[in-house]
Amino acid sequence: MDRNSNSYTFLFAFLMVAVVACTLAFAATNLQPAQAKNVKEEKMQNILGTVGIETTRDSAATLFNKYIVEQLALDNNGDVRTDVDAFTVDLKKELKKPVEEQAFPLYVADVEGTQYYIVPLRGKGLWDAIWGYVALKDDVNTIKGAVFDHKGETPGLGAEITQGWFKKRFDDEKIMDESGNFIGVSVAKGYQGGENKDDNAVDAIAGATITGDGVTDMISERLKNYLPYFKSKTDVKVAMQ
Amino acid sequence: MAQNKESKKQGLILFLSDTDEREGLLGKKNRKLLSDPLTDNNPITVQVLGICSALAITVQLKPAIVMSLAVMAVMAFSNMIVSALRNLIPSRIRIIVQLVVVAALVILVDQVLRAYAYDVSKQLSVFVGLIITNCIVMGRLEAFALGHGIYKSFLDGIGNAAGYAFILILVAFFRELLGAGKLLGIEIIPEAVYDFGYVDNGLMLLSPMALITVGIIIWVQRSRNRTLIEEN
Repeated sequence: MDRNSNSYTFLFAFLMVAVVACTLAFAATNLQPAQAKNVKEEKMQNILGTVGIETTRDSAATLFNKYIVEQLALDNNGDVRTDVDAFTVDLKKELKKPVEEQAFPLYVADVEGTQYYIVPLRGKGLWDAIWGYVALKDDVNTIKGAVFDHKGETPGLGAEITQGWFKKRFDDEKIMDESGNFIGVSVAKGYQGGENKDDNAVDAIAGATITGDGVTDMISERLKNYLPYFKSKTDVKVAMQ
Repeated sequence: MAQNKESKKQGLILFLSDTDEREGLLGKKNRKLLSDPLTDNNPITVQVLGICSALAITVQLKPAIVMSLAVMAVMAFSNMIVSALRNLIPSRIRIIVQLVVVAALVILVDQVLRAYAYDVSKQLSVFVGLIITNCIVMGRLEAFALGHGIYKSFLDGIGNAAGYAFILILVAFFRELLGAGKLLGIEIIPEAVYDFGYVDNGLMLLSPMALITVGIIIWVQRSRNRTLIEEN
């Protein structure tokens, strides 16, 4: 067969694509269980990280079972749903549903007698999804800690939200103003507040404004749905916006 | 019968090696394929290819080493595959075929890293995918694998990846040591030195310093081997 004929070229291309597709499909299917285990352990690591427990990947599952005393799935009225397993809720899919049908996972941690409420977050960065977890102290107003992650933010700019120094800025920030109205925490450009923990704002990353705005929106959008539940849990004055 | 076997063996040797010359597995010419890219024909400092990843992942030693291994695997195998197919590939779509081969291998490497070296795969994130567009890989396929036997192409892939790795690891060594005072994440510079007033150079962690470091390496190399200096 002539190597320069059109039919040969088409045949070669067709066969090559078929072989490559089969090889990749085979590899992806076989490696799937190991990858899923990694993702699950990383999720546990992240959740524990918000309440200040640093773990290795191997010990994540053990410590998770030790410190996380409750895993709840809530509806948007703050009632507990029993038909959903909180840990397996995939926020990516959940966010596409109407708000009445969504399940809102909540993890309750007990660290040496202190209760913390951990809320998973998901939102949009500059290029792609960003997500994370934020832990609230038992006054459901003060942030104990936060972790963030991203799919495709710019390395050195938006991708810095995963760094410790950025996450630390959220420690002890309040999500409500002085009169108890919920406003979340905004990542503010040109922030002048220094170490002020009562102004509901933290310093943004230079060069990553849109990613920072994404973090701001993500925190207020997601936490807002948990207010009915928090209201029923404590006597903190929560005013719905 | 015996003659048939002999001719089959001959055929296999011809398939694996080049038709025009015969030599031992690590004869002089084959050794050159491995050693040249490390020095006088280094893909980064002499051919100036693959600079993008050299800037991006040399902040720390660990991702630099993993990236080097990933590039080595991809280059050796893609060189071999393209060389094996060199008489079958229609020349009009050869670039596309090369890209598909490289992309498939890169996806494989990425999947394996995600399964068995998850933290590292997160660190490398986007850069594993960037191997596809790494000019060194495509350059060697086009310049070498299409015209040489499988074994020679394999050596060429390993050699060029090693040349790339050598520079990458060298740059990462200096950047992590001077920028963070660590190597492979372990504190190297003792606390006493910091107490004395020593400060890590944060500039080393930014991309421009990677370029300057590569520049210094190029300068040192050119001053030791004057034949590399281009005449204007």
